Amino acid sequence: MKTWLKITAVVFLFYVHIWGMLSEVPRLNILNETIRALYFHVPMWFGMVFLFLLSVYFSIRYLRQPSARYDTLAVETANVGILFGCLGMLTGMFWANYAWGTPWHGDPKQNGAAVALLVYLAYFVLRGSVDNEEQRGRLSAVYNIFAFASMIPLIFIIPRLTSSMHPGNGGNPGFNMYDLDNRMRPIFYSAGIGWILIGVWIAALRVRLRSLEERILEIEHEKAF
Amino acid sequence: MKKLFNKIMPCFALMLSASISFAQDKVEMADQMRSNGKIYVIVGIILIVLSGLIVYLFVMDRKVKRLERRLTELRGPQK
Repeated sequence: MKTWLKITAVVFLFYVHIWGMLSEVPRLNILNETIRALYFHVPMWFGMVFLFLLSVYFSIRYLRQPSARYDTLAVETANVGILFGCLGMLTGMFWANYAWGTPWHGDPKQNGAAVALLVYLAYFVLRGSVDNEEQRGRLSAVYNIFAFASMIPLIFIIPRLTSSMHPGNGGNPGFNMYDLDNRMRPIFYSAGIGWILIGVWIAALRVRLRSLEERILEIEHEKAF
Repeated sequence: MKKLFNKIMPCFALMLSASISFAQDKVEMADQMRSNGKIYVIVGIILIVLSGLIVYLFVMDRKVKRLERRLTELRGPQK
């Protein structure tokens, strides 16, 4: 990843962590100051969705033109995506405990996100259960497309069709439904961009580590013969 | 458990007395960090966590780069 992107991520996140705490926010009942959790909880899901999107992109590239490179890219972006998903889950449960009264409310979006994470975990189970490299790459690429296609309705569509405690869901999904006013927008979007960049950075690191590992394996293989 | 309790309690007592004596002070002090419900303290804490993680990422990045360079010296450029 380019250095200026890393710096951008750092600057955005520092801005978010300082102004997310100190800026004025709408004074709402029950939520109180916890509305600031929006700056930290939702960007985790931004990060997850973006990384899964990258992952499915690489999987499609892999299916069009099989190469170990695309396979690695798809795996590692999905891996970091799951990390972000777990963090989003934990922050959401912590927040829900105070805003909704219980960590697991059975909210459609919460359930949907949990199912989506399980679907993605199965991606790794599938990879782990196939030994043949090409077969593994092809099968998991196809499965990855399925996983992405099931995540979208689970997280974005079903919660809007039923009633959900999440703002912007249950009825009109218009953006004005968000309890998000103009003072919060810049911080919120900076947080999203910042965490997405951090996610891509970690994924890039993991890809590089993996290709190092492969090169070392190659050397070992040559030495063995 | 009891031992730990005995060790921790005096610390708490000390902290408590310190905070009480602080409340009684009316002398000009560096109160910036203690005003507005002490929100600045939280800002400081999360900034420490964030900076720590980011520095860690940068260090990891450098480590990977060094490994790549070593391997390239050993083997020539990749493929």
